[in-house]
Order: sequence, then C-alpha cells, then structure tokens
Amino acid sequence: MASDDAPKSASRDGDAPIARAVTINRPRAELYAYWRDFAKLATFMENVERIEVIDEKRSHWVVKAPAGSTVEWDAIVTEDDPGALIAWVSGDGADVPNSGRVEFRDAGQRGTVVTATIDYDPPAGIVGKVIAKLFQREPAIQARRDLRRFKQLMETGEIATGARNRREHEERDA
Amino acid sequence: MKAIAWHGKHDVRVDNVDDPEILNPRDAIIRVTSTAICGSDLHLYDGYIPTMKSGDILGHEFMGEVVETGAKSTLKKGQRVVVPFTISCGSCYHCGKHQYSACDNGLPADNQDIAQTLYGQPMSGLFGYSHMTGGYAGGQAEYVRVPFSDVGPIVVPDGVDDEKVLFLSDILPTGWMAAENAEIEPGDIVAVWGCGPVGLFAVQSAFLMGAERVIAIDHFPNRLALAKRFGAETINYEETAVYDALMQMTGGIGPDACIDSVGLEAHGFFGDNVIDQIKVSTFLGTDRAHANRQAILACRKGGRVSMPAVYGGFVDKWPLGAFMEKGLTLKTGQTHVQHYMPGLLAAIMEGKIDTTFLISHRMALEEGPQGYKMFHDDQDNVTKVVLKPGTA
Repeated sequence: MASDDAPKSASRDGDAPIARAVTINRPRAELYAYWRDFAKLATFMENVERIEVIDEKRSHWVVKAPAGSTVEWDAIVTEDDPGALIAWVSGDGADVPNSGRVEFRDAGQRGTVVTATIDYDPPAGIVGKVIAKLFQREPAIQARRDLRRFKQLMETGEIATGARNRREHEERDA
Repeated sequence: MKAIAWHGKHDVRVDNVDDPEILNPRDAIIRVTSTAICGSDLHLYDGYIPTMKSGDILGHEFMGEVVETGAKSTLKKGQRVVVPFTISCGSCYHCGKHQYSACDNGLPADNQDIAQTLYGQPMSGLFGYSHMTGGYAGGQAEYVRVPFSDVGPIVVPDGVDDEKVLFLSDILPTGWMAAENAEIEPGDIVAVWGCGPVGLFAVQSAFLMGAERVIAIDHFPNRLALAKRFGAETINYEETAVYDALMQMTGGIGPDACIDSVGLEAHGFFGDNVIDQIKVSTFLGTDRAHANRQAILACRKGGRVSMPAVYGGFVDKWPLGAFMEKGLTLKTGQTHVQHYMPGLLAAIMEGKIDTTFLISHRMALEEGPQGYKMFHDDQDNVTKVVLKPGTA
C-alpha cells in the first residue's frame, strides 16, 4: 500500500498503469461527447489508423505498430457515465490485450480535467515494450501526445503543426 | 521562395525552398516586406541553442502583407500586419490570462516533450527558433505560414512606414515588459545591463513609467551614446568597475530596480565569466550569466530584478544567498507580445515612443548572410539590420 495520496500511475513501480491528465478549457459534456464517438479518436490519436464503430458498445480498432505493421482488436465499452467516464476493454483474440478508461472532471474556471488510463500486455512482454519505445509507439508516450492533440483540437479547433507546407507536414508525420 | 536558412555555427545561407501553404483553418500566409535580425538570432548563429536542424529558416521579427487566409482566419488579403514572435492559440487558460508566451497549444504535441523535460511544462511556439520551440519556419523569407492568424498579427494602418511598427513583433514589447516587470515607481533609479535593442527600449519605457534616473551599462560606445540620447547615465564596464560606480551613483543604496537585458552570451573578461565559458565549452553548463550576478549584487535591499534576457538552460554559481538575504524579487519570461501590441502601436502613432533610431543597416533579403556576419562582428556600429525581401 502506498503511504501517500499521489496517483498510482506516478508510482516508481514499473508495473503501474499508464495514466496522464490534461486540463482542457472546455465543458466536460462537450469533451465526453467527442470522445464517445469512437470513430473520431483517430483524428488526434496518432497511432490509430482507424476505428470502426460496430454498435453502441463495440468498435473495431486498427492501430499502427512498430516496423509498419498494424495490430487490431475489438473494444467493448464496459462503463459509460455520460459527461463523466468511458471505460473499455479489448475482446477475445486481441493482438494486444488492453483496457482503458477516460474520466472527465470539472475544474472550475480552468475547464475540465481529462485523465486517461491505459493498461496493456505488450507483445513479447518487456522486449516488446522496449522496441515500442524505440519506435515511439510506446503507449505512455502516445498517451501523453494524444492527450495534447485532443486538448489542441478541443481548445483551438485544430492540431498544431510546425510544418511549412503539405510536403513537409507529410515528412514530419512519417 | 528565397529564405535565410541555418546550416550550422556561423553558417547561414540564402536557400531556395518551396513556398509555405495554409495547413490549418486559422492560418494565414504573409508576404514579408520587412524582417529584422534579432540579437537572440546571434545565439543561434553562435550555436548556443540546441535542436537546430540544417535548413531551418530563421527569423522572428517580421511584418508583411496578407496574401492568403485559411477558412477561420479573420485577416483579409491585402492587410498589412506585424506578426508576434510568440505563436499562441488565444483560447487556452494561459492565453485567457494574457500570458501568451505560456500558451499551452502553440507547440506541436511531439515538440512539447523537450520543453516539458527541460522546463517542467511546454511553452508557446516561436518562429524560426529551433525545434524545441516548434520547428516553425521563420520570417527571414519571402513568405511565411502564420498559425492562429485570428489572434496573433496586428493590423497596421495604411501609410505607416514599416520601420515605425516592425519592432512591435518582439523587441519593443520585450523592452516594455522588462520595465513593467521591474515594477518601477516614480522617483526610482533603474539600472539596465545591456544596451542592445531590448535594453534601449527598456530605458525609454522606464522613463515613461516614472523612473527618475536610468543608468545604462554596456561596453559599446555607440550603444551607450544611444542610451544617453534617451536620457540615461552610462557606465562602460571596460573602463569602470560597475558595482563601485553604481554604489556611488546611488549614494550607497543600489538601484531600486535592475534589468538584465544581456542574457546567455555575456561578454567581458571577468572571473565568473571565464569559468562559465570553460563550462559552456565543455558542456558542464549552458549559460553565461555574469550580468545577472552583478545585477543581483548591486540591487538595493528589497529591490526588483527584471530579466528579459534569454537564458536557455542551467547556470552555476548564481548568488542565491544575496538574492534571499536582500529579499529581492525576480520577474522574467518570454514576452507576452500579443498583450502589449495594441497599446504600443497606439504609443507609436501618438509619437510617444521612437523605434526607427535603432536601424543602422537596411539590406536585401539576399544579403542576409552578410547581415549576420556584420551584426556578429561589430555590435557597436551595427545596432539593427532590417532585411527587405524583393529589393535585390
């Protein structure tokens, strides 16, 4: 048992779940609504190639993996509290078994605190984790950057790019 | 288009590159009519700033004509605008508090990692100033893509010469904010280290804010003469012991407010500076901070230190004890340019602030590399180089 009040994800224990929080200057109902439409997640989740919504609870995820490959799974919504919480878990036969949850909490004049938690079994265990980190597809890095992009999209209506033109934009994305 | 690109230490070139394009709805494309070389560009030129890549387009002081607008830009084609060097979204918490240089969203998500590691939180984006600040192409070019064009650029009235308003982009607001951060009270004695453009604008601003005396410190005679023109008393640190002089000139009290507009490349042959230089060259420290140490030691008890100067990393042997024992206040930060632009534009139009005195050299964009070399080699006579695209 931890002896302090800090979030578990900030623990020095290497097996702690990955969690990132970001404060977004928009009402939580709006943020929840955007996230709940899973097909839109690919707009700001860089390593998500596409998400197909199957029905109210199920969606099919196609995600970029190191060395140009992709991994796929069906995700099933396990908890859904409108305006406050969405949780999902991958179904049987997932290439990378994983689960995630995103919570939206009022932050007064600062807007909404969005906390995303991801738990996953990396392919080939710890070696897979190291390889993924090298290719910057490691979920901790991705989660941090994806949340920043989500914030940008919600606050400014666009995702910032330092590119000069389309050619440079594609180069930097590659 | 033609652009001034960085290729390494003391190596900037005129490159032919493909034109910028609108990428986001709030973007605009500006055709640059005037663009200046900033003293902080010399930090890039001298290779002090990490995360530069060969081919990066330089420049963050520029203005021009709007030639293309994204769907959500509020600018109109043909308008003349001055562009702030800080790239800020206008809609995050910090922009809401007018802390534009602390904008959450100006940096692309992937570029935020370095700043977050080095500084704890990411800062706004900057034009033409390394990939740590977003990797945005700068304004020493014929055309520039300007993000968040609905909240950044300020429209200037027709018929006003470029040279009167160009410095709204950086150095005028920076000098003004430096004086504001010094919390000047009527009757104060203010000391300003460094008579570069920021220091000279800080001198003017300090007087406008009610300072009774301003003491300007530098070693370039021509720059000291400019400070004198605006009413400052001067100290040439090559001839004079600065601390001793300041103590005598203030009756042993020390200046009420001290402004460090020198920054990470302090010149001069002083013990701590030499140690800093050795450490910088051996990567043990990144910043040379002699002027800053001197400001803290000279400042009166309970006084204010304002630091508009650019520091990027770490500094050693900083007089934390003097700072604490004397109960000093330090205020600093990259300039919240967008906050200051409207008021300063009005002050220029009313003739309260003069900026054109600064420009010593006007050149074609294609002469940019010579401009850098001249500015670097002769900071006494070269006070400001303005490049004019399309005049070669």
